[in-house]
Amino acid sequence: MRPEDLLRPTPRGLHCPVGDFYIDPVRAVPRAVITHGHSDHARAGHGHVLATRETLDLMAIRYGENFAGSTQAIAYGESVEVGRVRITAHPAGHVLGSAQMALSWRGLTIVASGDYKDAADPTCARFEPVPCDVFISEATFGLPVFRHPPAATETAKLLNSLAVFPERAHIVGAYSLGKAQRVMALLREAGHEAPIFIHGALTAITAYYETQGIPLGDVRPATGASKAELAGAVVVAPPSAITDLWSRRFPEPVTAFASGWMRVRARARQRGIELPLVISDHADWDGLIASIAATGCSELWVTHGAEEALVHWAGTHGLKARPLHMVGYGEEEGEDTPPAPESEAS
Amino acid sequence: MNRFAAFLDRLAYEPGRNAKVRLMADYFRATPDPERGYALAALTGALSFANAKPGLVRTLIMERADPVLFALSYDYVGDLSETVALMWPAPPAHMRPNHAPLLSEIVEGLAETPKRDLPARLAAWLDGLDDTGRWALLKLITGSMRVGASARLAKTAVARLGDLPPDEVELVWPGLTPPYADLFAWVEGRAERPETNDPVPFRPVMLAHALEPEDFAGLDPADFSAEWKWDGIRVQVVAGRGEDGVHHVRLYSRTGEDISATFPDLAEALDFSGALDGELLVRKDGRVQSFNVLQQRLNRKSVTPRMLKDFPAHVRAYDLLVEDGEDLRERPFAERRVRLEALVARLGGVDPAAARLDLSPVIPFADWEELAAARADPASAGAGPDADAVEGVMLKRVDSLYVPGRPKGPWWKWKRDPHTVDAVLMYAQRGHGKRSSYYSDYTFGVWSAGPEGDVLVPVGKAYFGFTDAELKEIDRFVRNHTVNRFGPVREVTHGPDEGLVLEVAFEGLARSTRHRSGVAMRFPRIARLRWDKPPREADRLEALEALIREG
Repeated sequence: MRPEDLLRPTPRGLHCPVGDFYIDPVRAVPRAVITHGHSDHARAGHGHVLATRETLDLMAIRYGENFAGSTQAIAYGESVEVGRVRITAHPAGHVLGSAQMALSWRGLTIVASGDYKDAADPTCARFEPVPCDVFISEATFGLPVFRHPPAATETAKLLNSLAVFPERAHIVGAYSLGKAQRVMALLREAGHEAPIFIHGALTAITAYYETQGIPLGDVRPATGASKAELAGAVVVAPPSAITDLWSRRFPEPVTAFASGWMRVRARARQRGIELPLVISDHADWDGLIASIAATGCSELWVTHGAEEALVHWAGTHGLKARPLHMVGYGEEEGEDTPPAPESEAS
Repeated sequence: MNRFAAFLDRLAYEPGRNAKVRLMADYFRATPDPERGYALAALTGALSFANAKPGLVRTLIMERADPVLFALSYDYVGDLSETVALMWPAPPAHMRPNHAPLLSEIVEGLAETPKRDLPARLAAWLDGLDDTGRWALLKLITGSMRVGASARLAKTAVARLGDLPPDEVELVWPGLTPPYADLFAWVEGRAERPETNDPVPFRPVMLAHALEPEDFAGLDPADFSAEWKWDGIRVQVVAGRGEDGVHHVRLYSRTGEDISATFPDLAEALDFSGALDGELLVRKDGRVQSFNVLQQRLNRKSVTPRMLKDFPAHVRAYDLLVEDGEDLRERPFAERRVRLEALVARLGGVDPAAARLDLSPVIPFADWEELAAARADPASAGAGPDADAVEGVMLKRVDSLYVPGRPKGPWWKWKRDPHTVDAVLMYAQRGHGKRSSYYSDYTFGVWSAGPEGDVLVPVGKAYFGFTDAELKEIDRFVRNHTVNRFGPVREVTHGPDEGLVLEVAFEGLARSTRHRSGVAMRFPRIARLRWDKPPREADRLEALEALIREG
């Protein structure tokens, strides 16, 4: 019996022939297991979707109530039998509702972790290493240059800039699901109590986070706010909005961007960012290798990102490793993919 | 150092001039001596560490990191200092130095560390710093610190601490040395204005604006004096006797860098007291040599006797700032010129300096047409055998005072039109730093007859001249028309009917044995993208060869 008998990469996504379902399929399939709500992992149009309650809710917010033929919720720690395969959900620490899916069959366990981070996040349950034979890891920040500083030092940078430039609006680019809410929660943790203004694209998801018991304080729409209100205020917007016409309404804006990519100066400069904030919802290099080690796996499969470096690392540490060359992830604007301009495809 | 680095990092991202001044003034206000003084020195380029080379940095990381992971990381980041700063394996907390090194400790430590101890010392500092601190340290010691803040801006920020005009700081600056405690004490009103006792200080230079055709309408030829714009290095020669009675001669670049050591032949030959402004050239066999020849003398640490003999340095003077202790900068140009002519005449005659210093002649002209004709043909308008070293003309208002900086109006430079050639893009390489994800270095070629018909031969490489929008267009073209890959280099489609024609502007051509085509371009840059032009209509090598013969 080989792990590939339980799970194998296909053009549609990772397919489990034993239970006949796909994990995070990039095309519509009859049965899908979804790790989290980011649009490159959670697509509309599947026959049946198994995911956490939060992920299902977020998909409904993004795609409408009829995003799938039928749905089934799974809680962290809960197991569901699909065919002869037992699927157990565990927190992935990536965004609200994100789950690692552990597949067990005939004594073999494969963990498909989706996107994950091991760092603390006030807006979601913390990553738990799950003992397994094969661990499937992302490698978005799979180079040793990526070491995310504690998020609190990055929010301190933002608050310091607000103190030096109290008349300028600080526009923070942040992905609309997860990062935006985390930035707001981090600011509240740091004692920032002033109103935070948000772009319209964040309204529904931010409101949903509040219903899930994640307090974000005084959050107001940026549209309609006066220049006087916006002076010295934090405005959170999707990354695509921070340099377009939308941002011209703000008084002398300072453009910030919350992303792990901001660790590399050239990436920040290419986007014209003045205040890069290294806040990531993905594990950094140290986080990846610590998490992989903590699972006790004997084999590592690497999905998307800097596969080459992580596979090389695994090889030098006695782990069998292979890149899966998965395509289709990071096509939406998300942290999975470096900010434009596109990095090398090769 | 960590705090200085964080400040520097923020400064590097800030595009606005006023915001930069504010960030710097805030930093100087909040930081004690001598930290802020060394920071000021770093910003003004007054610190230099000759011992640390990129090779040392590479060696240090190779001892600590997997070479494959380093190579992948460097390829991604595109900058050695940054890659090393980011991936440096910091020791566990209990093994780290008990405090992060201060900038002052590093500056003073570098000065006293013998070369053989430098690797261990540097590694210990890197262990004690955070990643931004490491980045700043590595940038500092490899001399590749670029934060987009000029020395002038830093002095403006210092002046702001005491609400002084920036020129007040410029005036006292030449006599000061890091860490500038006397300067800060003065601007903060705690001490008297510092006195300079340097007998040969640098004076901030005056620069010209480029003249555009539409500017002529507002200019009256009668207000201006014209002279050749020489294709050399702008220098300020300062000579004088110090309190010790010794005669000093110092050569400064236009940014105030002391380059005397590279030109000992000049320093010995200039016996006067004052400060003059001129062009550094190589003069041999009775004529000024091209910039290519001068380049042999530049950026040399040691100068061999042979070099002194083969490439004798020369100063062609065009302005006099100070003479025998008298500051002439407040006098009009016409008056300074008379004093300069008298000085150069006095130094001539039997004095050996005559061969090393001469006067940049004035070009007589009655109207702009006459000056345009002189500019088009310097050889017959007075430049004679030196015409090859002329890159245009300079216009100076006869009543202009010598004002530091680049004031608009008093001085203009009117360069000769560059040569252009239509060439075909052949290879593109990814850039570094800001451009590390763009194909921004272009090798281009022109047609030449081969045994099996016409082929493109590479004639040069250019990596600027285009706008950001054009860079994106070329980058897209490169990605969509790649036919071959060699590491970071891509070969793109280039045939008679398919490919991208680039209009390349350049200043001059020389024969070269290093290039397959046999020609080398000086200062090539992309002038225009010729999407409209089929590659078969690009220029031929014969056209370039003809240019060399004419020259």
